[in-house]
Amino acid sequence: MSLPLADRTITELGELLRDRALSSRELTDACLARMARDAERLNTFLAVDADATRAAADEADAVIHRGDAGGRPLLGIPYALKDIFVTRALDDEGNDLPGGLPTTAGSRILEGYRSPYPSSAQQRLADAGAILLGKTNCDEFAMGSSNENSAYGPVRNPWDETTVPGGSSGGSSAAVAAGQACFALGTDTGGSIRQPASLTGTVGMKPTYGRVSRWGMIAFASSLDQCGPFARSVHDVALVLGALAGHDSRDSTSVDTPVPDYAAGLTGDVRGLRLGVPREYFVAGMEPGVEAAVRDGIETLRRLGAEIVDVSLPSTDRGLATYYIIAPAEASANLARFDGVRYGLSAGADELWENYTHTRGAGFGAEVKRRIMLGTYALSAGYYDAFYVKAQQVRTLIKAEFDEVLSTVDAILAPTSPTVAFKLGAKVDDPLAMYLNDACTLPVNIAGLPGISVPCGLSGGLPVGLQVIGRAWDEATVLRVADAYERAAGFTRLRPPTAHD
Amino acid sequence: MATISRDDVEHVARLARLHLTDAEIDRMQSQLSNILEAIETLQQVDTSHVGPTASVIQLENVMREDAVRPGLTRDAALANAPRRDDPFLRVPTVLREGR
Repeated sequence: MSLPLADRTITELGELLRDRALSSRELTDACLARMARDAERLNTFLAVDADATRAAADEADAVIHRGDAGGRPLLGIPYALKDIFVTRALDDEGNDLPGGLPTTAGSRILEGYRSPYPSSAQQRLADAGAILLGKTNCDEFAMGSSNENSAYGPVRNPWDETTVPGGSSGGSSAAVAAGQACFALGTDTGGSIRQPASLTGTVGMKPTYGRVSRWGMIAFASSLDQCGPFARSVHDVALVLGALAGHDSRDSTSVDTPVPDYAAGLTGDVRGLRLGVPREYFVAGMEPGVEAAVRDGIETLRRLGAEIVDVSLPSTDRGLATYYIIAPAEASANLARFDGVRYGLSAGADELWENYTHTRGAGFGAEVKRRIMLGTYALSAGYYDAFYVKAQQVRTLIKAEFDEVLSTVDAILAPTSPTVAFKLGAKVDDPLAMYLNDACTLPVNIAGLPGISVPCGLSGGLPVGLQVIGRAWDEATVLRVADAYERAAGFTRLRPPTAHD
Repeated sequence: MATISRDDVEHVARLARLHLTDAEIDRMQSQLSNILEAIETLQQVDTSHVGPTASVIQLENVMREDAVRPGLTRDAALANAPRRDDPFLRVPTVLREGR
């Protein structure tokens, strides 16, 4: 085999598994070996139970040996789960199994927490036969763009260990880039899947809001949060999305709408599609190497037969301000549950008030405190209309502009991140500079649309991502465009220099 | 409007039930002022004829049969409690005589 096992796609590995040229146990051991080798250097995983993982792989091998693998593309494929998804391992009768891993959300306030139930994402992937390798490091409560806000230390980018892997799903992106996991799940509230995918040369997708259940995903901003996959090809992302998507009665914002066969829709053909390029996304502050790679990507799609159209989304530059009112406001409400009474850290004070304030003061990190303060301020008496209602009105405008443009084009092409991976520590003291990393991704969350980041080249030796944004519920077209581009460009095959044994 | 005072920071921290050290209050005052200055640019947008969007999807009440289903057991619900006094959660004193 030319490529190390852990660097191959799910599609290739699935064939080897079904042909019994490879066992899930061998593949899982290869991932566990990579994880152990890189644990100190990359800091991607927060919780691992290798014995339980190997047992699950053996079970998948038994299913394959019985000839029951039909139609289950993720059977026996090892994956990593962002530590924002609660995990518990249960058998069919609801009894505990070994391997129910702790869940921290990257925070001290949840250190040692063990969920009494599994997240829908964990459950659906278990039902699909995928093998959970462990929980990945992330920015605390998914708040950040560099993974430096984790209480358990930063993750390093396998492309260059002096740089960040992006955030908040930085452990998941780095794990896939480094060949530790065949795919991983992240969450995306303002870009937390697409931006780290861009910075690590992986494919990452945020589905339409309501497409994938949020049950068991620790809430940051409930009207923006969405779960999605990282993988090493668009086809792999399509397979994982297929396993995750669909209505879940336990999530009241999960929408009951048909789920197409995403992988079957990847025709490689974009002829006749109209693709819009919004001029406002090529902003001041964008690195020239990033702009060049993204423009090359757009040209590639033109050569493939797509019609490229100049479009305008004039409220794009209002996205950042809108997001930094709505997201912190929702976060301040969601994080009120961490009170030191029912679970997590408790300051052990004698009086209730003090126990609340000191538990939260000791348990939350600097960025989470900043967002709680900002959100509480925006919701407080006297400021509610000026900040919160105003932001919701601008949200209406941003969404209406997307709807209008997407009524004339089939999808939108844009950069994912204005920069390549930046140095660890470069932006930690300047919250506003950090927030600008998500300028090209957060409008998509504000409008609730699906978006994907696919590798489109290197700038200064570091990966650049091309973003494809689609109509609500039309992940199929987003995936089709990204897949056609990927086949023509081939950048997804580039591996970080440190990944090789 | 963009600059917020130390008192403002302390007031908001009380609303958020968040203890901040003096150094944190100082830092928060300057950082929040900078962020609010950037956010206030929204005031320039004309929204006089625009309604607010709280969610991008139309939410409707969903009814299901009123049937008993298994839920969390009491033990499972209490398993992560920092302080418990079975079958209850234990909390510090809420009310005190004379207060």
